[in-house]
Amino acid sequence: MLKDLFQKKRKYATIPSERLGRNDHVQEGDRPRREIPEGLMSKCSKCGTIQYSKELEKNLKVCPNCGHHMRLNAMERIRMTLDEGSFQEFDSDMISVDPLGFPGYATKLEQQKLKSGLREAVITGEGTIDGHPVVVAVMSFDFFTGSMGSVVGEKITRAIEKATEKRLPMIIFSTSGGARMQESILSLMQMAKTSAALARHSEQGQLYISVITDPTTGGVSASFAMLGDIIIAEPSAVFGFAGRIVIEQTIRQKLPEDFQTAEFNLQHGQLDLVVHRKEMRSTLAKFLDLHTDHEKEGF
Amino acid sequence: MAGELPFEMPLVEMRKKIDELKQFGIEKQIDFSDEIARLEERYEQLEQEIYNNISPSQKMHLARHQQRPTSLDLIHLIFTDFIELHGDRLFGDDLAIVGGLARLNGQPVTVIGQQRGKDTKDNIARFFGSPHPEGFRKALRLMKQAEKFGRPIITFIDTKGAYPGSTAEERGQSEAIARNLADMSMLGVPIICVVIGEGGSGGALALGVGNRVLMLEHAIYSAISPNGAASILWKDASKADQAAEAMKITAKDLLEMEVIEEIVPEPLGGAHRNYEKTAEAIKESIIRHLSDLSSMGADELRVDRYMKFRKIGKYTFERTVQPEQPIDAPDMGK
Repeated sequence: MLKDLFQKKRKYATIPSERLGRNDHVQEGDRPRREIPEGLMSKCSKCGTIQYSKELEKNLKVCPNCGHHMRLNAMERIRMTLDEGSFQEFDSDMISVDPLGFPGYATKLEQQKLKSGLREAVITGEGTIDGHPVVVAVMSFDFFTGSMGSVVGEKITRAIEKATEKRLPMIIFSTSGGARMQESILSLMQMAKTSAALARHSEQGQLYISVITDPTTGGVSASFAMLGDIIIAEPSAVFGFAGRIVIEQTIRQKLPEDFQTAEFNLQHGQLDLVVHRKEMRSTLAKFLDLHTDHEKEGF
Repeated sequence: MAGELPFEMPLVEMRKKIDELKQFGIEKQIDFSDEIARLEERYEQLEQEIYNNISPSQKMHLARHQQRPTSLDLIHLIFTDFIELHGDRLFGDDLAIVGGLARLNGQPVTVIGQQRGKDTKDNIARFFGSPHPEGFRKALRLMKQAEKFGRPIITFIDTKGAYPGSTAEERGQSEAIARNLADMSMLGVPIICVVIGEGGSGGALALGVGNRVLMLEHAIYSAISPNGAASILWKDASKADQAAEAMKITAKDLLEMEVIEEIVPEPLGGAHRNYEKTAEAIKESIIRHLSDLSSMGADELRVDRYMKFRKIGKYTFERTVQPEQPIDAPDMGK
């Protein structure tokens, strides 16, 4: 048929993806095309390079082509960071309620659980990094854009209090869209609660390392994420208080491409260092070791 | 008084009718005093009816009323000998936050508040009461100074939120707010915070970590402004009224959730109807709470403040799950 002449021939394999929707290739489905099992391959969200998911995971979800650090969920992060088998979770069964009776919140919570396979936007617990005991809180952007409601605030506060009580260092991996507005004032107060808990941990002379991952904004960036003795960010991670769109509306100007990235913030004195994901575990271990009392030699 | 809000229009119209009738009576020399008395009575009923049933979105408009008393208005009415102090000693002086020394019933105190402008020019100079990092850092400097000299701290909260601009970001808006939250929690002097207008987001909370948080009757306090919530939830900022109803932003709501300790009553119709009466009520409340706290030492005050915020939050447990187990970690490039 004449139509066939003009039909674009695909020279590449297509990857079915839930995000793109399966309808895309079903519609054209006159000819059977080579199907690749779901999840076998992944595409870099920045440069578009396609690679085996397994390879990508071995590379800690950093694109081998452009170095883009893809977002991780809390479990992936814990596996990458803590010593194998050392993690003991705290408060794993704590879940959100709908304290204000906010329209649609209860349903949305259920959807988020199904979508992410998580119960809330943070996982807390203790474990070891290169043998150094540490309390960690790891956020997931997957769940409700990592927003902080009562549960996120309470779990993080409990974890900090545990670290204070056991005299352990605290590490928090942040990623969040900010306060969870469906819990309004209760969300806002979690900023004060977590910050106050960190102040006590600090007063006791304990180390707190904040690791900022993409993206960290709003109520989380303006509380525990910026209170680290040491503040580390992953390359290109966006972090700031107000969102880019809101700022552009306020100042009526386009912002530079790199605005609020880790590198931008490093330049503006807001961070201690930017660390590649491959170096993260060893960097954390080094800091923990530097804060461990070894046998003193010399002085 | 000018500046009536839409929900007050029935009162305005009724007042007009009464005045017209009075005028008509004088002109035509007819005695309407019975009718007028009846109308006045009805007016008072209506007034009670309207002002005792102000909805959350109506409160939002009252809290943002252009004539509502600002921090400086109230500072001058509540305290004596106010001397404003300036600057964060790091970058500049942010006029969106005012602060300084004053006397409350003769006692030296430190007083700080976000300051909205009184007119357009003033508003531009003060960034409409939205602070930059240097404002929060000035506030913290003054609070630490208060601690050094053992003075109680009074803060007035009245802001739509921290200034959302690129300069604020570059100078560390997040850090400035976070630092205030952490350091305020550790101060060894009594802190009383009063939400006098709009308490918007982290920019409000950065002056809000007190032993007691009080709120004017028609003030509002939330994690995000109702306009912001509406534009995120429904992609329409004009649905702010709708968001205000859903977000539980009123003093009554916050008292029920134990976020604040007390509601300070406003004159009928709102604080802007009578600055003196508003200031008097706030002053009475501050003094009462300060004397409650006066027996506490520095550590007790810290614990008291910690516990106030520690207990805020609502959650539950999904007890159906199995006891937790350590996660088996597959090798991932370690």
